[in-house]
Amino acid sequence: MLTLLLILLPIAAGVITLLAGERMAKQLALVGGLAGLGLAIFTWLQFDPAAGSQFGFKYAWLTSGGISFAAGIDGISMLLVLLTTFLTPLIILSAFKNEYKNPTAFYSLILFMEAALIGVFTATDAFLFYLFFEAALIPVYFLAAIWGGENRIKVTFKFFIYTIFGSLFMFVALVYLYYQTPGAHTSEISAFYQLQLSPAAQGYVFWAFFIAFAIKMPLFPFHTWQPDTYTESPTAATMLLSGIMLKMGVYGLIRLLLPIVPLGMEQWGFLAMILSVIGIIYGSIIAIQQSDMKTLIAYSSFAHVGLMAAGVFSSSLNGLQGALIQMLAHGINVIGLFFIVDIIYSRTKTRYLDQLGGITQSTPHLSVYFMILLLGSVALPLTNGFVGEFLLLSSVFQYKGWLGAVAGLTIILGSVYMLRLFQKSMFGPKSKWVEGFQDLTASERAVLLPLIVMVFWIGIYPSTFLKITEPAVTQLLQLVNN
Amino acid sequence: MYPIILLSVFGVVTLFLGFSKSKNILLPSTLLFLAIALGSNFIEWGKGPLLYFYDMLRVDNLTLAFNGIVLISAFMIAAISGGFQDNADSEPAEYYGLMLFSLVGAIMMIGFDHLIMLFIGVEILSVAMYVLTGSNKRNLRSNEAALKYFLMGAFATGFLLFGMTLIYGATGSFQLTAIQGFASNMNPASQSYIFYAGLLLLLIGMLFKVSAAPFHFWTPDVYEGAPTIFTTFMSTIVKTAGFAALFRLLNHSFAIYNFWWIVIAVIAVLTLLVGNIGATSQNSFKRMLAYSGISHAGYLLIALTALTKPTQNAIIFYSLAYSLSTIAAFGVLMLVAKEKTIEGQPNERYEAFNGLAKQNPLLAFVLTVSMLSLAGIPLTAGFWGKFFIFTSAAERGIMWIAVIAVLMSTVGIYYYFRVIISSYFKEGDTVRIRVAPFYQIILVLATFLTILFGLAPGIFEKLI
Repeated sequence: MLTLLLILLPIAAGVITLLAGERMAKQLALVGGLAGLGLAIFTWLQFDPAAGSQFGFKYAWLTSGGISFAAGIDGISMLLVLLTTFLTPLIILSAFKNEYKNPTAFYSLILFMEAALIGVFTATDAFLFYLFFEAALIPVYFLAAIWGGENRIKVTFKFFIYTIFGSLFMFVALVYLYYQTPGAHTSEISAFYQLQLSPAAQGYVFWAFFIAFAIKMPLFPFHTWQPDTYTESPTAATMLLSGIMLKMGVYGLIRLLLPIVPLGMEQWGFLAMILSVIGIIYGSIIAIQQSDMKTLIAYSSFAHVGLMAAGVFSSSLNGLQGALIQMLAHGINVIGLFFIVDIIYSRTKTRYLDQLGGITQSTPHLSVYFMILLLGSVALPLTNGFVGEFLLLSSVFQYKGWLGAVAGLTIILGSVYMLRLFQKSMFGPKSKWVEGFQDLTASERAVLLPLIVMVFWIGIYPSTFLKITEPAVTQLLQLVNN
Repeated sequence: MYPIILLSVFGVVTLFLGFSKSKNILLPSTLLFLAIALGSNFIEWGKGPLLYFYDMLRVDNLTLAFNGIVLISAFMIAAISGGFQDNADSEPAEYYGLMLFSLVGAIMMIGFDHLIMLFIGVEILSVAMYVLTGSNKRNLRSNEAALKYFLMGAFATGFLLFGMTLIYGATGSFQLTAIQGFASNMNPASQSYIFYAGLLLLLIGMLFKVSAAPFHFWTPDVYEGAPTIFTTFMSTIVKTAGFAALFRLLNHSFAIYNFWWIVIAVIAVLTLLVGNIGATSQNSFKRMLAYSGISHAGYLLIALTALTKPTQNAIIFYSLAYSLSTIAAFGVLMLVAKEKTIEGQPNERYEAFNGLAKQNPLLAFVLTVSMLSLAGIPLTAGFWGKFFIFTSAAERGIMWIAVIAVLMSTVGIYYYFRVIISSYFKEGDTVRIRVAPFYQIILVLATFLTILFGLAPGIFEKLI
């Protein structure tokens, strides 16, 4: 039942926000987001990692078809639910300082998005998963297309069609799998795990899933929608996209692709791995060239997700655990970085590195927060990025030594583009754009502080979170290896 | 059975009501008549297959379900017609009378068990539609559309009759059961070419009526030229009845699946391509909906190609979802086009929708939901329609056709979203768009049902 509450609470909060009127919208949305976080923490306290899927519910949806409205939380879901509910109130709070037209719609769309994301991460029925997977797209599309930058209409349209295109392939694959289940057919994901498909069929299903998730994440060469969309969207939508929605793709790989088509993985996993590694290097090199801060972080996110995918495709314990912890870490870092870019942009009205410089002279707080998040992102030991990146690289290295070596370049390239970002914007002579730059306000600090705490928590004591997922991942790998 | 009698009588009564001075009585009386017909339809629910008129008409739950869709659509269309008060030239009594008569034809097409009955049904429906298409007498386009529809339709009727004749020649009967018996006992060695030729000609005639490619050329012009209210009628009721008839023909009578499935498959793919790709290059929203109607015929043909257990539900559900969304879309179009005119003519282009979200948020929402449903996005009825279509293809094991359909769905999103983008993200003028309360109720009802069936398709499943 808790799962159902977790999904319904943001919807209810969103509806209340929508009805309440413009003056209270922000505050109500924040309360709704915090209530969601509270409920998720309450769930976490009762959660038993070893017990498999729990707090579930199941209602018949299409009675004749064995399709049900079913969700539950296992270790992998728990981690992502925590991530979603932790980041949503911060995203809402980060939007406080900007005045958006029609705020009721803005904030309620964020909450609807949260509900759909939690739905994706908890669904145990394949069609319910698909439903939420698509439904998550609609709020974020409107967020980006109504409140975005100048080119928003074209860019978001491309994003929408591109991602729908991918997920429709997944839909066909799910319908196919559904018809392969024995007896009166069922669409429970766990029933799909038991299917014995021919290698050829697994190859097709592999590609159908791969295209859907690779576009969502995105992986090379399906990433062309991403930098534009991230840059044109309002910061809250960019945070939702990069912090949480990107994880839907990685989650899909772990939940569906690996266990359902292990033979497909055997045939094509290497190719997928190569694509992921190309993405890491390609994204990093482009990030080094960027002068728009938002685009730079978008490409860095593209590079990071490539590494997560590589870890998943290695189908090893280290790889999966690394991908999961990295999802958490990446969500935290990328949201912090986008928020800092937004702070700088709102004060200087520019995001271009050539026009910035010397901010650090007047902003001790901002500099420190920025630096910590940045170091987390380049995976310095004792920060959150390190744990995930270490596990991921070791898994890729075990898979193929030379691939690990190539993927390892991400550490070097990552520090190059990140430190360049910091140096160009914060150090150097003060440019005319940054005259009279104010340091962080209290509400801005309220967003950044929890992020910083998490950076260190995950960096210093990651086993709090690794413990949640380990039994579920082990179980999953047993399935794959059988 | 009851709706046929009642609607025929009501049609005549409506014509006589036209003599009265007060034109205001026509709309309420028509709605009342349709409601009575709808209620009477379900009297025979669950009473099993009943045969009427010397076994020419079969009434079973399948028939009644399709009748229900057709009558509900007709009710909603009549409700948003607003009594045809705008145009001084209009003859409301005749329009409503013809609508009621054409429904008789549609119900005969749905319930036929004898090829002559099918022919009579098709003709009653078509002749009424030819007249209604040209009902905007002083408009050249309406006249052109009526003539085009009539000439092409007459041609298609020729094919239909010719096909029936050949089938009669081969089997010696017009009765579906007899034809089925002939087809299933046919000796593969001595194949009856007359029978095959007859079937193909019959299919051509029917495929014309549902505007499947390559028999679709009349559709965009006729849909665009006809008054919008009758375009709505054509694109929902004629299509639903046509597919009910095709389903019955192929399912009940021609048990030679291996012969015709590839024909229907090729036509389905062709229809999907023509409809979707044609729709992308339109500037007129109304013309786009005409192409979208063609593409939806393609999806329904996929279900027919598969013809498995889920096909029946797929066609019923898809027709219902498609009808609801189409009525809502045309309903919004009529309101918007009337307010924004170019040179005195209603503006039916995409630009007319610019800024709709500010001018009337409710209409923008109704339009958005109907477009999402037509595009097959989850949480709308259209999604489950596509779901059932794909499952019937999967059951037959023809996944390649589902993949083509998926590719075409992506194309569909492109043109359906253009109007959403216009109404939400583009600036328009500040005209206020007025909506009569009753009109509003119908639009909200269509939207509500679309979302309801999208959330809980099980409700519908229990009904069937």
